[in-house]
Amino acid sequence: MIRQSTSPIIVLIGRLVSPFIQVFGLYVIFHGHYGPGGGFQGGAILAASLLLIRLCLDSETAQLQFRQALGTPVGILGSLAFAGIGLMTLLLGGEFLDYAFLPFGGMKPAEIRAMGILLVELGIGVAVMATLVAIFDDLIGLEDHG
Amino acid sequence: MMGLWDLIAVLMIGAGAFFMLVASIGIIRLPDFYTRVHAMGKGDTLGIMLILLGLCVYEGFSLSSAKLLIALFFVGLTNPVATHALVGAALRFGLKPMVKREFRKEDANDTLGS
Repeated sequence: MIRQSTSPIIVLIGRLVSPFIQVFGLYVIFHGHYGPGGGFQGGAILAASLLLIRLCLDSETAQLQFRQALGTPVGILGSLAFAGIGLMTLLLGGEFLDYAFLPFGGMKPAEIRAMGILLVELGIGVAVMATLVAIFDDLIGLEDHG
Repeated sequence: MMGLWDLIAVLMIGAGAFFMLVASIGIIRLPDFYTRVHAMGKGDTLGIMLILLGLCVYEGFSLSSAKLLIALFFVGLTNPVATHALVGAALRFGLKPMVKREFRKEDANDTLGS
């Protein structure tokens, strides 16, 4: 149970900065092929924005954004996206995470590989974000408010 | 060949490094939690902003310089707020600030004893 911060400065700046952190996290995930970054780092930044709202506002308001009960299922979904793409290439005749065998018609092989890497990075990012938020919720003993 | 803009950039980065050095010395040398946070909140913010502004001037008008300006804006916005949150949490936890009278008494005892 977290009470809302008594200082309006903290509440206001937390609410102001959190969307920009989310945009930066998505940028880090989607820009991971070309520069520093990737799924894990972007997911950690996304989790930081969610945790900022959880620390600044009270626990009922924070769960309008990301519910406590969603933490574990979304983490499992992200892991399944990673493992599913790897196993799909395995079933379609390649090796594990061999992106060239993904069934995307009408694309050049390089584009298919880029798209496969992007999907895997998205899965990793979602899994890391949900898992970090779930760890935080378990540590402070947050109850689920629907 | 150093142009005028390079000179301005070097001056800004040097000033930023100086302010960060002052803030670091303040964190080590000041006697109290609140005074240390005071040194960190002001000196570090000004130092980082000056260094980023100097790098921005050195880079010129480009995409990297726009990213540096955005980073500068958010550092200037969030660093004082983080200091505010830290001090507020310490005050609510019950940490007493060191008052001037106590400090002077201990100081006098130290000088008398030695």
